[in-house]
Order: sequence, then C-alpha cells, then structure tokens
Amino acid sequence: MSNSVDPRPFAIADRLAGVGRIVGVSGSKGGIGKSVVASTMALALADAGSRVGLFDLDFTSPSDHVVLGVERSFPDEQFGIDPHEAHGVQMMSIAFFAGEAAVPLRGAATTNALLELLAITRWGDLDVLILDMPPGLGDTSLDVINLLPRLEFLLVGNGSRVVIESVRRALSLLAELDVPLVGLLENIQRVADGAVASLAAEFDVAYLGPIPFDPGFEAALGDIRLLRETAVYRELARMLAPGLPATK
Amino acid sequence: MHELALADAVMKAAVQAADDAGMARIDKLVVKVGELQQIEKDLFEFSLANVLAGQDPRLREATFDVSLEPVRFECNSCHHGYGRQDVSLDDGDGGEAIHFIPELSHAFARCPKCGSPDFEILAGRGITLERLEGSGPDE
Ligand SMILES: Nc1ncnc2c1ncn2[C@@H]1O[C@H](COP(=O)(O)OP(=O)(O)O)[C@@H](O)[C@H]1O
Ligand SMILES: [Mg+2]
Ligand SMILES: [Zn+2]
Repeated sequence: MSNSVDPRPFAIADRLAGVGRIVGVSGSKGGIGKSVVASTMALALADAGSRVGLFDLDFTSPSDHVVLGVERSFPDEQFGIDPHEAHGVQMMSIAFFAGEAAVPLRGAATTNALLELLAITRWGDLDVLILDMPPGLGDTSLDVINLLPRLEFLLVGNGSRVVIESVRRALSLLAELDVPLVGLLENIQRVADGAVASLAAEFDVAYLGPIPFDPGFEAALGDIRLLRETAVYRELARMLAPGLPATK
Repeated sequence: MHELALADAVMKAAVQAADDAGMARIDKLVVKVGELQQIEKDLFEFSLANVLAGQDPRLREATFDVSLEPVRFECNSCHHGYGRQDVSLDDGDGGEAIHFIPELSHAFARCPKCGSPDFEILAGRGITLERLEGSGPDE
C-alpha cells in the first residue's frame, strides 16, 4: 500500500446490506417535482406497509423534511448514526445537521459529504431506499452511479419542450452507463399531449403516468394528514399499489 | 458513537489493502485523524480496538498508530490560508454538525480575512488510512 486510502467507500456495501432496492428520483431540471415525488412516494409506500428510507441528496437545497414536516434533530449515534423515523419513513438529510444555515458546497465537498453519510448511516432493513437527487447529472448523480452498483433511477419530467430535451439527454446518458430505470414519471401535466409517454417509448422505458397540477398541494406541505389527501399522494399511491415497478 | 462506523471502515479498507498486497498478517495500521472532525485520538484508538474482534483474522494482532492532522483551509475568494484556530466552529450546533460531516464547516465557518464561506479544506478533514505494516505469506 503505497498511497494513503480513504476508508469510507469500503463501508458502504455493509451499511446498505439490508436494503432491497435503491432508487434515485432524478430529473434533469430543477423545480419539476423530484422532491415532492420522492417524499410523497416514500410516504405512500410506507403507508402500504413497505419499509422505506428517504435520503435527501440535494445538499445545497434539501426539501424532503419540508414536504414531510420533519423538524431538525441530530441523529442518534450508536454504531454510526440512525436515520430519523417520521411517519414510518426512515429519513436522512443534511438539514438535520445544518438547520436553516446555507450549505455552499463545491463538487469535491459534495462528494465528501455524500461519502461520509453513506459510510456512517445505518439504514437497517428496508425494502427500498429512495434517493432524492439534486437536479442534473453532475457530481452527486455520477457519484451515486459509481458508488452504488445496485442503483436504479426513476426520472421525473413534464411535457415542456425544454424539459423533454433535457430528459432525453439524461435518458441517453443513463442508457450508456447501463443504469436500470424504474420509469419516467410525468409530473404537473398541463396538456395530455403524450409527449412524455412517447419519450419513454423511444427509450423503451416504462411510462409511470401523469400526476396533475394539484392546487391544494402547497397548503398540504408539511402536514401529513393533508398530504395524504392530495392528488399527488393519491396518484402515486395508485401507481405504486402493485408495488414499486420492476426495472426494464 | 459514530466513530465506530468510521473505525469499521478503516478495518475494511485495511483488509482490502492487505489482499491487494498479498499480506498474510497485518501488524500495524497507521491512521490519520483530521483535526476538523474533532474526533479524539484516544477515542478513535478505542474504537479501532473495539471493532477489531469482528474482523479478518489477519488483523487480530494489529496495533494502531493514530495521529492528528492539523486543518489547513484556503479561501477560494481571497486565497488566504488559515487554520482551525483562526475560525470559530463551535457556535451553536456548528461543532457537532462538523463532527458528523466536516463539510458543514461551509455552513458555520468563514474566511477570517474576507468572510467567505467558499474555501477548500486542503488538509485535516477526516480519517485516512496512511499505511499498513505487515508481512507477506512467506515471512
Ligand atoms: N403535482 C404538483 N402539484 C402542485 N405543485 C407541485 C406538484 N409537484 C411539485 N409541486 C411544487 O413545485 C415546486 C417544485 O417542486 P420540488 O419537488 O421542490 O422540485 P425539484 O425537487 O424537482 O426541484 C414546489 O413548490 C412543489 O410544491
Ligand atoms: Mg428537490
Ligand atoms: Zn477570504
């Protein structure tokens, strides 16, 4: 051993040994509903009896704790740290440590924070661990693709040509890297023009269906009882009722 | 104690390094602990000893050489170089947050010269396995 070694990557497989599937909820653009989908999906799966983890990987702009209404609290320390359980979902977020402080991170620092949390978080036994990805296919996406060989992606998009163009780039990269896809989900459907469904067909990926714009969603943020009554929750629960779809 | 998870990672890295080098026995692990993470040297040695039992038999007799590595920051805005003593990290929950994730220094520390949170941590961030000492299969 001639060079010094970063030990953290060697612990990751063990920390995730009890996790069935690992699904990154991604999408090329910001603001298209990745965090809403990831968090609501986690809640719907947990409500249906699955053991679910939710890991917010948008370190500079974490949101899942806002959607699910979870307060900041330092995780319990034992052999590593335990995720915070909220509404049956095992959650980990940098917001639990940073509170409301801004966390400005460059690429290398993002990778370091990710490695640290992967090496110390004890996820325990889960059917699925959902990763809420930051927008785009930058540092964090490439890191999880490299570090987590079992990773699958679920892409969120909508019918805007700006988004379609960018999701197409994401689909071709993920195909090139052989990352399995759970499917493509259309969020905030404005017109039922089939644009997202045909993009899915073009790449031979499952189209997971549309979620409408839900005018009541904003008021339901952070309130679990209201959240369960939203169209977003209802549609996702219906979509996931047979279980999380297998990848193609 | 989240140090145990990091100690376990060091052991796993050592086993892999021993495999790569064809070592039959690991005598010593040389480990550096970055000052920024505020993990005590004694506590980390204790953690290493604690996780040793469950590891590869080649490691069972290993001793540890743990040393602290000072922090070096460099500001990306004004290029000023500074150290741990030049910033206050312990205000509020900053110290504990950084103990778990050293990158949270970007949330709680500022360049003492220009006030920027945009800096590099050049050294002394976290745990590194510096070196292994051991013997090959034929020794
Ligand atoms: N189906 C929907 N109906 C109504 N509002 C939505 C819907 N999906 C997302 N939003 C809102 O859109 C905004 C962006 O969502 P978010 O999940 O943060 O996007 P991303 O994580 O992709 O950046 C938020 O204000 C969220 O509440
Ligand atoms: Mg988001
Ligand atoms: Zn400066």
